Amino acid sequence: MAIDKMEQSLRPPQLELKPFPPKMITLANGEEMIVREVKREEVGVLLGTIQPLMGVQKDFYDIVASRMYAEVLGWFEYRVANEFVLVGAINGEIAGIVNSRLIDGKEGMSFHTMTIKRGLRIGAQLFAAKMEHHIDILGNDEVHIVAESPIGFKRWMIEYALEDRSSRYPALRHELGGVPTFTLTKELWDRVKADKCTGSRPVPPEKLATADKLRMPSEYPQIPGFKRG
Amino acid sequence: MRKVSIVGIGHTVFGNLSDFDLVDVMAFASGNALDDAGIRDDRKIIEQVFVANMGGGIINHQTGIASSLVSRMDMEPAMAELVENGPASGASAVKLGYMAIASGLVDVVMVTGGELMRSVTGWEGTDFVASLLHPEAEYNYGLTLPAYGGMFTRMYMERYGLTERDLGLIAVKDHQNGEKNPFAHVRVPCTIEAIHDSENAHVINNYVAEPLRMYGMCPVSDGAASLILCAEDSPKMKYFTKQTPIRITGVGSATDTHCVHNRKDPLVLDAVRLAAERAYAMAGLKAEDISFAELHDAFVILELAISEEIGFFERGKSAEALRKGVTAIDGAKPINTSGGLKSKGHPVGATGVSQVFELVKQLRGQAEKEGRQVKNAKHGMAVNFGGFGNNVVAVICSRRDA
Repeated sequence: MAIDKMEQSLRPPQLELKPFPPKMITLANGEEMIVREVKREEVGVLLGTIQPLMGVQKDFYDIVASRMYAEVLGWFEYRVANEFVLVGAINGEIAGIVNSRLIDGKEGMSFHTMTIKRGLRIGAQLFAAKMEHHIDILGNDEVHIVAESPIGFKRWMIEYALEDRSSRYPALRHELGGVPTFTLTKELWDRVKADKCTGSRPVPPEKLATADKLRMPSEYPQIPGFKRG
Repeated sequence: MRKVSIVGIGHTVFGNLSDFDLVDVMAFASGNALDDAGIRDDRKIIEQVFVANMGGGIINHQTGIASSLVSRMDMEPAMAELVENGPASGASAVKLGYMAIASGLVDVVMVTGGELMRSVTGWEGTDFVASLLHPEAEYNYGLTLPAYGGMFTRMYMERYGLTERDLGLIAVKDHQNGEKNPFAHVRVPCTIEAIHDSENAHVINNYVAEPLRMYGMCPVSDGAASLILCAEDSPKMKYFTKQTPIRITGVGSATDTHCVHNRKDPLVLDAVRLAAERAYAMAGLKAEDISFAELHDAFVILELAISEEIGFFERGKSAEALRKGVTAIDGAKPINTSGGLKSKGHPVGATGVSQVFELVKQLRGQAEKEGRQVKNAKHGMAVNFGGFGNNVVAVICSRRDA
């Protein structure tokens, strides 16, 4: 597709990001979750997955879903610089999504972690995969992180003992509302990753194939009685 | 003494209820109990309310909870008191309810236990529970209940050859039961292959207090449960025709040293044994007469240790029974048919009341539709474990035709 000059001027400059090698995690209930990078042409199934949660007030799903929807759309439409999106899929059905972006080659800016299937620490695993991508694969020195919900604060700020960088405001301000910013450094990641991050690589081809075609969730524990229209 | 029956039961979902205030949550369970008993419009017949709660004053900044609940439920001028006995507060409240009726003081009592623990961080919640430890000899050294659970587990493993895989099997059993309990906090099943054998197990089932892993610990929960008790010889029994009354046949409790290190053998839980013996004596029953039990598995090791102390198995032999399926819901001695604290959750003040709720449900035969009914259940036992075994309450409930 030809890109006209106006469109060209609207797009941010992009770093070339190394791909995230897929991995497989056996969850506590025995199900196998494939964690892989989302392809641009899969944006529709992603947006369709996120959209129903935009009306869920509990646990700040509404804010997280609305922002993630815009971020994923922005990624698709080339309105966000250096963004990547990872998905966790169980038998092809989306169980969780994470997204993030690079400020430059050294610093990352974590966006959102959304868990659809609850009770299996899927969000914790996807967040860890996102940090793995930032630091181990893309080579970032640090990633800036905020939480919009108490659940997120407990999972990231407390469990990872992230560095509180809020005193560096406004010199350092996270793009998500300028709320207090915490940071995962490479040193901290190296210390905690053995306990936080798992997954087998390479994923056997037949297992990886189960996530070839992503499907929107058929049910949402956050929305009792949900029926996709 | 007068015979006392449980004539109504109520329960909230256990989980994250931090959108509500503490008394709201207790009121939900109490309202359910009134409905179950068929006396919502006649609730003024309740003369005494006992409320079990451990942390309202600490983590919810709320005191005077018993009178607040009575007012919220429009049950004035019922007498009302708060019962605080650490994690055994719930069964202590049941015991006091029983005593109030058996002594002839009143005819009808409501017992409600509740706790809101999710509004604080896990660290703050752990610190709040640790406030029951000895302030100078234990707490000041950084001890917490999970740490005690870990140390107890290690010692038990070394003495009796218990393995981490055995600990995982308890979680698997409890989650199978909890998955079928509509009130349980964690209704997701787990497999031993995933939480123990898999190469991912070290992360998805990480150590919390080695050798106890995440699936060896109860979740931190909000929730409430409620019971209505009535004297069987009271004319007020005429109000309770909706459900089959279930009799409280045995109540026992006992204490032990505050500090675990003052005990001759830390693995011997004297207060558990004595509480059970007292309850058995009162009921005229033995361990072999008990059809099923709800045991306080805040840490999975406690399910094993308590089951041995109350005489279900020889010391050190409970894991063998577990491996053989004896404690499964279709086994000879089902334990934690509700999912236990491990899967159902542990809002501390609610737990003892919730355990008795499960006894009543099973003895009425009402767990059938959830696919977790114990066959031919006649007598059920609940053991509510306070402190690290320094104040334990046992309750036996029985079918009246047993």
